[in-house]
Amino acid sequence: MDDVKIIEIKKSIFEDNDKDADALRGELKRKGVYLLNLMSSPGSGKTTTLIQTINRIKDKIRVAVMEADIDSDVDAVKIKEATGIPSIQLHTGGMCHLDAEMTRQGLDNVDLADVDLVILENVGNLVCPAEFDTGSCRNAMILSVPEGHDKPLKYPLMFSICDVVVINKMDVLPYFDFDLEKCKEYIHMRNPKAQVISICAKTGEGVDAFANWLLNEVNNWKN
Amino acid sequence: MHELGIVFYIIRDVKKAAQENGVEHVNTVVMNIGEVSTVVPEYLTDCWRWAADKEDVLRGCELRCNILPAVTVCNACGKEYPTVEYGRTCPHCGSEDTVLLRGNEVEIKEIEV
Repeated sequence: MDDVKIIEIKKSIFEDNDKDADALRGELKRKGVYLLNLMSSPGSGKTTTLIQTINRIKDKIRVAVMEADIDSDVDAVKIKEATGIPSIQLHTGGMCHLDAEMTRQGLDNVDLADVDLVILENVGNLVCPAEFDTGSCRNAMILSVPEGHDKPLKYPLMFSICDVVVINKMDVLPYFDFDLEKCKEYIHMRNPKAQVISICAKTGEGVDAFANWLLNEVNNWKN
Repeated sequence: MHELGIVFYIIRDVKKAAQENGVEHVNTVVMNIGEVSTVVPEYLTDCWRWAADKEDVLRGCELRCNILPAVTVCNACGKEYPTVEYGRTCPHCGSEDTVLLRGNEVEIKEIEV
C-alpha cells in the first residue's frame, strides 16, 4: 500500500472570494461606479421597489441593473420595460447566491464607462447571499410586512451585514401581526448602525427616502 | 441549503492544492466546520459524494468534518461562554453586547493523498 501523506491546507473556503471582492471594490472605486447588493426573501417586492426607485433617480444618475436568479429572465424584462434602463439577467446555475467572481462576470456585460450606479438584485434568500461578499460598496435588504417582525432574530447574519433595511408592503400592516417598533429594535440589536426605511413599493410611499439615500451614497462614492 | 455551493468551493481549492503539490489522487479531505457556521455536515458529505465523483482527482475521496465548538465573549463582563447553549445573551451578566469568538469556520484543514 502506498504511504499516506498529509498536506496541511488550513484555508477558509471564503478566503479567495473575500480577496476577489476587495479587488472588485477597488476597481469600481477607480472607475467611479457604485455597486449596490440588494437582498431579500423571494416575494418581498425587490423588483417593484427597484422600478419605483429607478424611476425617481434615472434622470439624475446613470443606472444599470443586474438580476440574479436560478432561472428565467422575468425580472430583467420587467425592469427594462418599466424603467427603460439597461438590465441584464444572470443565471447562477443552481447556486443559491452570487459571489464576487459571478458578479464580475455580470459586470463584464455592463458598459461601466456609461453608468454611475449598478444595482445587483441577488437571489431571493436570507441565508447564503449574506455569507458571500459580492464586491459591492453597500448591502441593502428588503423585509416585507407579511414575513414578520422576528426575521432579524432568525437570520441574524443577513441583518448584521446590511447598511440599510427597507421595510416594504407597509400598506398591509393592518392585516398582519407585524410590530414595526419591535422589528426596528431587533434589527438594531443585530446591527446598531443599520438605517431602517419604511416604504410601500406599490403606492410609492416612502420610496423617496430610499432613493435619496442611494443618490447620496453614489455621490459620496464618486468624490 | 447552500452546501452544494460550498462543495464547489472546496473542490476548487483542493484541486488547486493537488496540482500545486503534484498529487494525482486525493484520498481524504478534512474540514473544520464551526458549530454555528450554518453548514450541515451531513448535507455537505452528501453533496460532496455527488460532486467529487465527477472529478478524476477526487473520485471516491472521503470528506471528513471536524466540528469546532462555538465560543462567544461578553463585552460587558469579559467572560466567555458556549454559544450554542446560551445564544447571544451572556449567561453570566445578562448583557446582549456579545461577540462570537469562534465557531463560524468553514475551512479545509488538510488533505490525505
